Amino acid sequence: MGIAEFARDGRVVMGDRPGAAVVAAVSGFLLLDLVAKLAGTTVFFLGTRLLGGSLTVGSLLSMVVDGLLVGLAVGLAGIGLSMTYSILDFANFAHGDTVTAGAFLGWVAAYITAGLGTGAPISELFMLNSGRQLSTVSTFLPVLLGLVVAGIGSVAVVLLVDRLTYRPMRNTDNISLLIASIGVALALRYLIAFVFGTQTSGVASGGLRVTLFSMISITDNEITLLVVSVLLMLGVHLLLQRTKLGKAMRAMADNEDLARVTGIPTERVIRLTWILGGGLAGIGGYLLVLESGTISFNFGWILLLLIFAAVIVGGIGSIYGAMAGGILIGLVDSLALIWLPSGLTRASAFLVLIVVLLLRPSGIFGGVSTA
Amino acid sequence: MSTVDSVRNRLDTLPDVGLVIGFIASIWAVMLVLAIAVGGANWANLAAGFIGSVTVLMGGYAILALALNLQWGYTGLFNIGIAGFMAVGAYTTAVLTAPTDPAAGAVPGLGLPLWVGLIGGMVMAAIIGGLAALPALRLKADYLAIVTVAFSEIIRLVVNWNGLAEVSLFGVPFGTGGATGISFKSANEVASTFINGVGQPIVAAAEGVGVSGPNLANLTYGILLLLVVAASYWVLARITNSPFGRVLKAIREDETVTQSLGKDTRRFKIKTFMIGCALMGLAGVLFRGQAGYVSPQQFRPTITFYVFAALIIGGSGSNTGSIIGAATFSGLLFYLPARLGENVSLGGTRAPGNIIDAVAGLGSLDPLPLLAYTISNISTLRFVLIGVVLIYIIQNQPDGLLGHRNEPATSVSLDRPQSGSGGETDE
Repeated sequence: MGIAEFARDGRVVMGDRPGAAVVAAVSGFLLLDLVAKLAGTTVFFLGTRLLGGSLTVGSLLSMVVDGLLVGLAVGLAGIGLSMTYSILDFANFAHGDTVTAGAFLGWVAAYITAGLGTGAPISELFMLNSGRQLSTVSTFLPVLLGLVVAGIGSVAVVLLVDRLTYRPMRNTDNISLLIASIGVALALRYLIAFVFGTQTSGVASGGLRVTLFSMISITDNEITLLVVSVLLMLGVHLLLQRTKLGKAMRAMADNEDLARVTGIPTERVIRLTWILGGGLAGIGGYLLVLESGTISFNFGWILLLLIFAAVIVGGIGSIYGAMAGGILIGLVDSLALIWLPSGLTRASAFLVLIVVLLLRPSGIFGGVSTA
Repeated sequence: MSTVDSVRNRLDTLPDVGLVIGFIASIWAVMLVLAIAVGGANWANLAAGFIGSVTVLMGGYAILALALNLQWGYTGLFNIGIAGFMAVGAYTTAVLTAPTDPAAGAVPGLGLPLWVGLIGGMVMAAIIGGLAALPALRLKADYLAIVTVAFSEIIRLVVNWNGLAEVSLFGVPFGTGGATGISFKSANEVASTFINGVGQPIVAAAEGVGVSGPNLANLTYGILLLLVVAASYWVLARITNSPFGRVLKAIREDETVTQSLGKDTRRFKIKTFMIGCALMGLAGVLFRGQAGYVSPQQFRPTITFYVFAALIIGGSGSNTGSIIGAATFSGLLFYLPARLGENVSLGGTRAPGNIIDAVAGLGSLDPLPLLAYTISNISTLRFVLIGVVLIYIIQNQPDGLLGHRNEPATSVSLDRPQSGSGGETDE
C-alpha cells in the first residue's frame, strides 16, 4: 500500500469515524508517554510537562502481572455472562453474585477441611474467621477441594435460580429478564450476608514467593490462578470445538426458533449453558479470593461491572472475546495507574466499557460469535 | 379473580388523590400501631420518630420513582444510573452552598443561598444527563442500562477521588471533600427554622404529649418532602398530558412510527432524560443530603435498584402508581421489617452470634435460636424479600399495582367498543 493511499485511508477514518480517530490519538499519546517514562525522559512544551516521567521496567512488569491475573479470573467469570447474554438474550445482573456464592461455598469447604483436626470450633471455620490463611503450597488438598466445590456449588445455585426464576419466563422480553436478574442478585447477595455476615474475612495468603527473571515476584496462589484459569479456558475451547454442544450453542445464539426446528434440544442447551457458565463463574470467584486473600459478601457484585466491561469489550456472545476482554480490562484496570491517580483506575476500566459500547457495540474483535 | 386483581379493582374506584393520601395514611397507621405496641409510656415520641423517618423515605423514593417513571415508563429509557445523577445534583448543591469559612478540617464552598444551590444542582444534573444521553440514546435498552450504570460509578469514583477533595479555581477554594464528603447548608434547616419560629406553639403542644424536638423536625421535613412530591407530580402530569407527553407515549409504543410522523424522537428523548435527571438531582440533595452532609458512600448503585423496585411495585407508566409503589417499597418492605427486627424480642432467647450456633439449636428440636437469629438479622433479610417480591411481580404481575393504567398515546381510545360476547346486542 502506497503512502498516498494510506494517508487517504487515514483521512477517510478521520472523517467517517471521528470517535475512532480520537481513540487512536489518545492511545498513541499514551503509548508515546509510556515509552518516554520507561526511557526516563521528560518532554516539556511551553513550560508544562507534556509527557514522560519515570517508571522502571520492573514496576511496569509487576503491574502487567497483576492485571493479567485479575484479568484471567474476570475473563473466566465473563464466559458465563457472555454465554447467557447471547443464548438467553439478557444482561444477567445476578452473575456477580453467582461468583460470590461459588467463592463462599468453595472457601467454606477448603477452610473446614484444612481446619479439621486443628481443634478450631466448626462454627469459627464455617464463618471463615479462625484467622488461618490458606495457600496452595501449605494446604494443597483443601485448596483443590475448595476449587471443585466452588464449581459444583455455583452450578447448583444457577440451576436452582434458573428453575425458579428464568425458566417460567423464557419467552418474555429481555428487559423483564434483566429486572428479574436484579431481584435474583439482591436475594442471593443478602442470603449470603444472612449466612456469612457482612464482614470481610482474610482467608488466603501466598505461602511461597518466587522471583522470575529477577524482576517479577509472584506467589504460589497467583501461579495457581494462572495455571487453573488457562487450563479451564483451554478446556472450554476444546469442549466447544470438538463437541456438538458448541455448534448447538452457536445455532441457538443465532436463531432460537430455527435451532429448535432443526432438532436441537434447546432447553438442554440452555441448561448446559448455565452449568458451564455458572461453574466457571464460581471457580473464577474462588481463584480471585485465592489471589486477593479476602472475601466478603458483596465482592462479586462490585466485580460485576468489570465482568460486563470484559464481555462487552470482547464482544457479547463470543467466548474467546470474553477471555481476551477480561485480560484487556484487567490490564487497563492495573496499568491505568501509570497515568492516573489510584482512586481513578477503576473509572478508566468503566470508561473503556462506555467507549467500546458507543463506538463499536459489537466488541473490539468485530462481534464474531465464536461460541 | 386473583387477589391482586381485586386489590386493583378497589384501587381503581378511588380518585387518585384519595388513593395516595389513603395509602400514606394507612402506612402511618401501621407505624402508629407498632409504636403503641412496643413503645410503652413513650409511645407518642416513638410514633413521631417512626412516622417521621418513614415519611422522609416515602418522599425521597416517590420523587425518584416519578423521575424514573418519566424516563422509563413514558419513554422507555432504561436508566440505571440514578445514583450517579443524584450524586451530581447533591454535590453541586453542596459545593454551591457550603460555607466559605468552614469548621476546621471541612471543605469550603461558595456560600450561596440554598435556593440557588437547589436550582444549580438540578441544572447541573440535567446538563450531565443530557451529555450522557447524547451518545447513549442510540443504544439498545440493555446496552443503555450498562452504560448508565457504568457512568454512575464513574461519577461516584470521581467525587470520591481525593484529587478533587479541595481545589482552587480563580482563587476560590472549593471541593468535593473526597471520601469524607462535604457539609453544606441543608434543606433540613428550613424545617428547623420553621419549627423554632412560627411553629413554636406546635412544638409546645408536641412536647406536651412527649414528642421530642428532633423527631418533630424530622416529621416536618418529611411533610415538606411530600409537598415536593406533590409539586413534582403536578409538573409531570402537566408534561405527560401535553402534546409533548403524547409524543413520549408514542415513542414508547413505536419509535419508528413516531419518526415517520415527522417527530425528531432523539430530541424528545434527550429532553425527557434531562428533565428526569434534574428531578433525580433534586432528590439526591433533598433525600440523601437531608442531614446537610453528602459522601460518595450514599450514592452506590444499589439505591438505583431500590428505585426500580419501587417503580415496578407501583407499576411503570403511571405517576400515581410511582408514588404508591414508593410508599409500599419504603414503608412496608424497607422500613417496617428493620423496625420490627429491632423491637421484637423472643422473651429471654438471645440471638446467637452466627448461623451455625443458630442451626445447632434445631438438633435439639429448639427452633428458638434460629428464630432469634433470623429476627436479629431481619435488616439483611428484608433485601432478600425485596428481591423475591421483584421476581414475583415481574413473573406474575408485570404491570405492578397501577401499571395497567398505562395511558395510550392517542387522545381518543382506539380500543374496540365493549360489546357483549358477540352477535347482536339490541335483541
